[in-house]
Formats: sequence, C-alpha cells, structure tokens
Amino acid sequence: MLTFVIRRMIATVFVVFTITVLVFLIFFHTPGVDPARKLAGRNPSPDTIKAIKHQYGLDRPLPVQYLILMKKLFISRDLTSYSNQGQKVVPEIVAATPVTLSLVLGAAVIWVVVSILMGVAAAVLRGTIFDPMLMVLALIGISMPVFWLGEMANLITQDRYHDTFLFSWVPPLGYTPLTQDPVMWFKHLVIPWLVLSVLYIGLYARVLRADLLETENEDYVRTARAKGLSERRVLLRHTLRTSMISFVSLFGLDFGVLVGGGALLVEVVFALPGVGLLTYQSLISLDLPVIMATVIYGAIFIVIANAVVDVGYAWLDPRVRPA
Amino acid sequence: MSGAPLLEVRDLSVSFRTQDGTVHAVDGVSFTVNRGEVLGIVGESGSGKSVTAMTLMRLILDQNAVFSGEVLFQGRDLMQLSQGDMLQVRGKQISMIFQDPMTSLNPVYRVGWQIDEQLRAHEGLSAKQARRRTLELLGAVGIPNPEARIDDYPHQFSGGMRQRVMIAMGLSCNPDVLIADEPTTALDVTIQAQILELIGNLQREFDSAVVLITHDLGVVAEVADRVAVMYAGRIVEYAEVGELFRGPQHPYTWGLLGSISRLDRPRQRRLAAISGQPPSLISLPAGCSFRPRCPFAFDRCRAERPALEARSGPGHLDACLLSADQKQARRAATPEAS
Repeated sequence: MLTFVIRRMIATVFVVFTITVLVFLIFFHTPGVDPARKLAGRNPSPDTIKAIKHQYGLDRPLPVQYLILMKKLFISRDLTSYSNQGQKVVPEIVAATPVTLSLVLGAAVIWVVVSILMGVAAAVLRGTIFDPMLMVLALIGISMPVFWLGEMANLITQDRYHDTFLFSWVPPLGYTPLTQDPVMWFKHLVIPWLVLSVLYIGLYARVLRADLLETENEDYVRTARAKGLSERRVLLRHTLRTSMISFVSLFGLDFGVLVGGGALLVEVVFALPGVGLLTYQSLISLDLPVIMATVIYGAIFIVIANAVVDVGYAWLDPRVRPA
Repeated sequence: MSGAPLLEVRDLSVSFRTQDGTVHAVDGVSFTVNRGEVLGIVGESGSGKSVTAMTLMRLILDQNAVFSGEVLFQGRDLMQLSQGDMLQVRGKQISMIFQDPMTSLNPVYRVGWQIDEQLRAHEGLSAKQARRRTLELLGAVGIPNPEARIDDYPHQFSGGMRQRVMIAMGLSCNPDVLIADEPTTALDVTIQAQILELIGNLQREFDSAVVLITHDLGVVAEVADRVAVMYAGRIVEYAEVGELFRGPQHPYTWGLLGSISRLDRPRQRRLAAISGQPPSLISLPAGCSFRPRCPFAFDRCRAERPALEARSGPGHLDACLLSADQKQARRAATPEAS
C-alpha cells in the first residue's frame, strides 16, 4: 500500500509539471498574445514595449522564462499581477482557497447524502410510480444551468421575497470566514450550497440507481439473500456497498474539479471571493500571472483528487489492491 | 426413514408473465426428499430445474412471477410463509449453493466474514465464536491452512476453492436441506470430482438431504440416490438412480443416455443427439411436451398429456403413454438409445 501511494505521488509531480509547461506555452506564447503589449498600456512606443519585456524577463529564452515564472510561483512566491502591480498572486490564492473549500465541502455533503437517499429510494421503489418521479426530478436538477438557478435563487431570496419571513435571514451576497462568525458563514453559504449541489444530486442519484439495479442482479446478492439476510442488510451491506465503488470514484473526480475552480459560476453569481471568482476576474482582464497560478492550483487539486480516488478505490475494492 | 418426507413438493408451478406471453417455467412438479438422501434433478437449460430450486427458497422476487402448489417442509407450506418468516428458513434450514463460484461470493468482503455473516444472522454467535466455527468449516471443506486463508478475499481463491467456501457457507448452520444448483458446472473435471466427493461426504457427516441440480447425468450417477428428469418444466421420469440407468422408461431419458460418449460400448460413428429443439415455454405443444421430438410418438401423445405415474414397476414413475412392453420393444430396436 505504501509503495502504491508513493508511486501515485511521483506520478502526481510529473502530471503537475506537464500541466505547468502546457499552461505556460498556451498563455505566454500563443501567437498574437503579447503580455508586454498588454502591460504597456494604450499606444505604447516600441521602446516602452522593449523596456517592459526586459523588466518582466520576456526577452529571455523560453525555458528561462518558464523557470523564472516557476521560481516566482513556487519558491519566492512573489509573482505579481499584471493588472494590479501591488497584488501578489500566491497570497491571493491562499486567501481564496478556504472560500472555495467551504463552498464545495458543504455542497458535497448535501449532494452525497441526498443523492444516496434518492438513488436508494428509487431503486427500492422500482415498479412503483415513485421511481420514475424521482428520476424525472433528478433530470430536472441536471437540466437547470447552475448560473440560471443561482440568479433565480438570488432573485427570490435577495429581491422579491427577501422581506418575507422566509428569506429575511438571507444576508447580502458575499462571504464571512468560518473563524470569524460561524453562523454568518453558514447563512452566506447555505443557498450557494444548495444551488451547486442540485446538478450533482441529479447526476449521482441516477448513476447510483442504475448501479444498484445492476448490482441487484449479481450472483453474490442472490447468495446474500440465500443466506437468510434481511432485505435491509442485503441492500446496505451487499448491494449498496459494492455500488459505492463507482459512486466514490465519480465523487472524487467531481470534487477535485470543483475545488480546483470548477465552482466558478456559483462563486461569480453569489460573489463568493473564491478561486473561481479569482479565475473569472483574471480571465476578463487577461491577467496572465493570475491565470497561470489559478490553473496550476486547479490542476494540482484535480491531480490530488485523482490520487485520493485511486487510493480510496483500492480501499473500497480489494480486487484492485496491489498484492 | 419413517414418517413424512423432510421436504415434499406438490404440484408446483411457476410462470412468468412477459410481453410475449406467459412463460410456463415449471409446470406441476412434485417430488419428495428424505433425510440423508440425495435427489438429483436433471434436465437441459430451460427445463425449469433452477427455477424450481429458487422457488423452494422463495428467492424469485420477480413481480411477474405466478406460483401455485405447495412446498411442505417440516409440516409447513413454505409457499405460504411471509418473506420475513422465510428469513429463518433460508440459510438456516434450507441453504443453497450456486453454479458459478466466481461470482457468487461478494468481491469486497473477506471470505471468513461472509461465512461469519450467515452464522451471526442465524445462530446468534459472538464474533469470536463465529470465527472459530468458520475456521472449522473451512477446514472441513478441505481448504488448506484455513487460519491463513480466512481473511483472504474471494479473488485470491481459485474456482474450486471458492466453491468449497460456498459449500462451507451452505453448511454453516447445519441445514436440513442443501440445494446445490449446478455446483460443478463451472469447474474443471478433476475439481468437479473432488467437489462431488466433498458434497457426498459432508452430506453423510451432517446428515443433510441434498437436492442436486445438474445437466450432467454422470454427476447424478455418482452421487444421487434418486433422480428426477425434467423436460420443458415437467418431470418426465422419476426413479431410484440404479433403476433409472438400468431401465430408463421415457424416450427423453433414452435420448439423454444415448448422447453420452461411453467407453464400455463399441465405438459409434457419431454420438446420438435428440433431434429438434426444446419447445417454447410460452406455447407448449398440446399433449406430451416431448412429442415433436419423440421418434415413437403416436396419436394419443397429441391429445393427452401423460401423467407421471408408475408404469414399469413401483417407485419408478414416468410420463410416457407407451406401455412398459412397448417401451422395451422400441428401445431394443434402437441401439443408440440403450
């Protein structure tokens, strides 16, 4: 198991390295994209551009530029934003991470619990009207775009019905750190949590239902029944337990993507100053250092999530465990 | 063996409603199993033998299944029990082992745990007692070094060893009846012999009754005391095992016996096969189900459904309208059916 984990970590380093190179090449050396021109302001003289290129090291050979960028990003951590000179990129990401984590963790708890309940309920109630009803509900959840749902939620809770007893407790858009005021933290996040989790509840409930029904036909489930176990035990310890293998691997990947900045739309709609909002702002202003940093941050999280999924997978399924 | 049989199946029928029509999987099957006896149920795929076995355990949960008949076990009709009451019977009084040991064990649990689970469900043993009992069982079914293997996962066992684990599980609560549904089909021939011997030995040791379901007459000859031959959901012949092989009465049984390659006979040019296909279970032919494939069919076979009754002697039942003499004459005339 230890060598397995170490092997995964080495692979992770390689993947992150490759991603940094790719991102560097895409954003700094795509033809037509000239960071120096962007930095120099309107109608710059060729001399200004040259000076800026020199100042930022953009006239040096590519590998050197890459190394300088990586040094600024990982070692000295003083990479500064192009659009706001005083802004240091790394601390900003560090500050934004807890916001994104709060958002995604909360939503994950909701979507895991609700989708398991829905998926199991639909599988158990197969043959009744409730199964197709639950699945249509899930499909509606999948079909609603998250930015639209978020705006609708804002329209209702911030505007139209804000003054009613239902939503008067909803604070204005924004974020309060957990350490500062847990109650406020919760109030700020509860609606974003629900909005973010709706899509995943729908997806996971459908996946889990299909998986449960497939597992139901497995010989070992028949064996479990033949042993004289109660339906409840057969469902929880045999059918659901083995169905969790694919559920968990799906979860790890989605979780990684969301923590890595995939919750961008929700963060923008609810003005949550997380990594997604940071990425969004840097993309609008083509602020290359920030884009670079957020993409690498995202990549690292996704790769870590992948590694965690692999380890978790081995933990759940003894067949893939290294001997 | 005095008194009532341990398990008595009376006129059991199982059909499934499907979009194409009603499938009559099992049609009026009756048999008895006594304590300490091995009953072999032989038939080809789709003859209803597995459905019969699953029905005895009430393991058919298909909402489109329709049942009739009785399964009397220790004075109770299992068909009338609630699923909750069946939990006490399943795995405790009647247990079952399945065809494919590769897929019949849950891949994510250790084999010892899977046996413990059954023991704890029925015997109320503590974890420690259950583990000790599991170790004994694994030893009894011939798993070498059970202490080392009890915490292995199913994928770490070979097919034969997994079937031994299944047998250990089946016998864990000292069942009165063990139903073995094609227990050797998925195994190598050498392993088959070992597993059959094991089932035979354990059956004597535990004094269980065994219902052995197979398509292999060789297996039946080896371990069964009595045999029921099934065709298209019905029992067509029912006899003591020696009797069945010495004097088979039903043309279908002749066909089955004729299709076995034998070393004690002059070599035939080809193995005899029963011509035609088994009938669709949705639209069974009128009269005898075997008639379309039977070389000896005559007018009565079309009109009358032959009952399973003793025609050649007491205890040897068959469902063929030919008289015993006629059968003997017909059989003598066809060398490959002997």
